[in-house]
Amino acid sequence: MATTKLGFIIQRPGYKSENQKLALTHAIASQSVEIYLDDDDEVICDVAFTGDGVLNCIKDQKALENYDLSSTESHIKMGLLCDLNILVCKEDLEKFGLSKSDIVIDAEEFGADVEVKVVPFEEINKMMDDVNHLLFF
Amino acid sequence: MGKLTIGCFSSLVGSMTLDWAVKLSGAAIEKGHKVDLWVSGNATMLSIQDQRAFKDYSSLEKPLKELMAKGLNVTACEACAEARGYNKDNTMEGFKRFSMDWYLASTFNADRVLHIGGE
Repeated sequence: MATTKLGFIIQRPGYKSENQKLALTHAIASQSVEIYLDDDDEVICDVAFTGDGVLNCIKDQKALENYDLSSTESHIKMGLLCDLNILVCKEDLEKFGLSKSDIVIDAEEFGADVEVKVVPFEEINKMMDDVNHLLFF
Repeated sequence: MGKLTIGCFSSLVGSMTLDWAVKLSGAAIEKGHKVDLWVSGNATMLSIQDQRAFKDYSSLEKPLKELMAKGLNVTACEACAEARGYNKDNTMEGFKRFSMDWYLASTFNADRVLHIGGE
């Protein structure tokens, strides 16, 4: 059994480009990657929002109403439903005057067991050290 | 020799990033490495066949076909392509189309992953 860990680092804000959504959809695709791999091999994806990217996590996004598009918020919730480890940089949130109460934390309505973790950058750095490959969006 | 997985998300026309990714793929293949090139987002534009080659715009069909003949494995994100109207019928011969898990699977045994984000 072998595991490859990928770290998805989302640094750019939403609704200006599709980067953040592509990051999340690619990370969520780890749920079906086994069709290409040998038994027991796996690819695990961690996601971290840093810099301007933390703005993607603001809750109550109205993308459906304004753009007729699914929101980045709903993608984050799908990521939680898939048990992705999703981190948000505490210091970068604070730079925007935001805190844990301003962002999407859970996806209880979808039945997700895990929550978004607001962590110091040090922990995101540790995650980046732990993964095999980093993908910056 | 190693395996390099390159993911590129930048458009063919309007950016020189795909040009660079294809050149890098060629350099790696010339050195004997195996290369998987994944294109997603606007980079799926690379998959369209019969693009007219003007000298003012990037045009990679010819070098790409030469590299595919040398073993370059190129795959486009099927959903990203379909969202842009790039369907199976106008996809370059030899260009594969799969869902995003193909990219993740390619990283599984890659020695290096070079991810080049979009615009």
